[in-house]
Amino acid sequence: MSVLTKQAPGAAATLAAPGRRKPKRGLSRRTNQRSGYLFLLPWFIGMLFTIIPFFASLYLAFTDYNLFTEPNFVGLANFQAMFEDPRLLQSLKVTFIYTFVSVPISLAIALLVAMVLNRGLSGLSIYRSVYYLPSLLGGSVAIVMLWRYIFGNEGIVNGFLGLLGIQGPAWVTDPEFALSTLIVLNVWTFGSPMVIFLAGLRQVPAMYYEAASIDGASKWRQFRNITLPLISPIIFFNLIMQLIGSFQTFTQGYVMSGGTGGPADSTLFYNLYLYQKGFTEFEMGYASAMAWLLLMIIAIFTAINFIASKFWVFYDN
Amino acid sequence: MALLELPTKNKQKKDVAPEDALTGTPGTRFSRHLILCLVGLVMLYPLLWLISSSFKPSNDIFRQLGLWPDNWDFSNYEQGWTALNQPFHVYLINSLIVVVFSIIGNIFSCALAAYAFARMEFTGRKLFFALMLGTLMLPGHVLLVPQYIIFSQLGWLDTYLPLIVPNFMATNAFFIFLMVQFMKALPKELDDAAQIDGCGPFRTFLRVIMPLCVPAMATTAIFTFISTWNEFFGPLLYIQNQDLYTVPLALRAFMDSEGQSMWGPMFAMSVVSIAPIIGFFIAGQKYLINGIATTGLK
Repeated sequence: MSVLTKQAPGAAATLAAPGRRKPKRGLSRRTNQRSGYLFLLPWFIGMLFTIIPFFASLYLAFTDYNLFTEPNFVGLANFQAMFEDPRLLQSLKVTFIYTFVSVPISLAIALLVAMVLNRGLSGLSIYRSVYYLPSLLGGSVAIVMLWRYIFGNEGIVNGFLGLLGIQGPAWVTDPEFALSTLIVLNVWTFGSPMVIFLAGLRQVPAMYYEAASIDGASKWRQFRNITLPLISPIIFFNLIMQLIGSFQTFTQGYVMSGGTGGPADSTLFYNLYLYQKGFTEFEMGYASAMAWLLLMIIAIFTAINFIASKFWVFYDN
Repeated sequence: MALLELPTKNKQKKDVAPEDALTGTPGTRFSRHLILCLVGLVMLYPLLWLISSSFKPSNDIFRQLGLWPDNWDFSNYEQGWTALNQPFHVYLINSLIVVVFSIIGNIFSCALAAYAFARMEFTGRKLFFALMLGTLMLPGHVLLVPQYIIFSQLGWLDTYLPLIVPNFMATNAFFIFLMVQFMKALPKELDDAAQIDGCGPFRTFLRVIMPLCVPAMATTAIFTFISTWNEFFGPLLYIQNQDLYTVPLALRAFMDSEGQSMWGPMFAMSVVSIAPIIGFFIAGQKYLINGIATTGLK
């Protein structure tokens, strides 16, 4: 911004000329007031469409609504039922394992690759594109279907393992391994946090590293004491966004299991179970309660992150 | 005019690798390239295998790890195209309808809101802006049941309206945020100059700001294209009529009905379904990468 205003000193000076501008400004503020709301009109309607359902679902969470009869207020019954529902607990377990395994791995790979790419290699933009492309495709039905066949009994993963003399498991149909195929799929999409890391690494001034290496700091020390603190806000941002996204996984579980969450509920993601409850069993009160539990879980994890960030995220200003 | 081009120029500068950062001996640089290429190959292998398998006869597909088909077979595409109720182009057109309207809706409604947030002063602006950022983190499933009820009472089930209309109401806070960031980087003197020339706020927005925001709008368009094209949950919820299926639903139906025996045709249609995404990605890379770098969008 400062560069821009310096570029046009003449224009800025005439515009800032006092006196004559004053009355005009007062007028424009009043028009601004009205047209500001006018510009926001679509957004206001959209907000109504967010806020009303937001509170409506909070209300429904305390009812036995089933789409066909009037909702009856049932107090905390839905929430009580949730904690005794083995499938719900299973869906929480699946979602947590998926999140807490795949998010750290993909962030670590994303950071590592971004750091290698940031060393000024030629062909940067080609590498970046190749690594980024999967994250555009990871949520598509075509790719999840492909995954099902890649990891299938006759699939190429077991084909490669066979070349190494290893008898691969039945990845998709064995409850012990089904979720791990989706974790691999999520790690495969590390490109989007990587691009954000790259943008952040570009902002770290090279002179810090020069100074450090003159002082004899090893590469590891430079990473620990320069890179890590300076990009910690970006790690934090990526962590939050990845956690929130991964808690809400749906398509992968649905397509991998044909909508059931199987085998033996091993890919029953939370949102998949919510969908089953709300839209195949029409227990919409229960589904709303589930949605609110998820909201609370996400809020708690985000809050923990924010509190913890005081100890490890470093802000320059 | 030079003044007008500055902001985009600044953006592009970040994209170029700093020459002076070239580090390491040729040997270490070579090994870095080797590792990066290997990783890239592993990542692309599933996609390349998918494409090559779509040209193999179904019997050849499995246990053939190689990427070059021994027997080229184009019949997968013919068979896949007609395997469902409707020929596959019907589903492509259905998806295209949803995508085009979603893009138009997102661009206009988000740009309007962004202009108000970035440039105007009115009571409650900060509060609304915070509210808008808050919706960024709101998991969509919290709104799901009531929204479904509203849409069904409006008689919108089995139409594309539930998929399209929300985009005209600036419900995608990501894009508002992206455009706010972009508009804030434009010199404010432009607005003042337009105002002195007698433009009202709407004309200023339409004639001065919108044309300068083409890069941000391109980013919005490409992201909307990709996410809408992939969107599975919304159509699954609202579209029951098979003739109205979008591409992801059609693919799923394919897997349910034929999947176990007709890998070839299914892979062929999978390629057809992801080809537009790859095409848009190659065409619009610059906007995509800039977009993610500034907002952290997926």
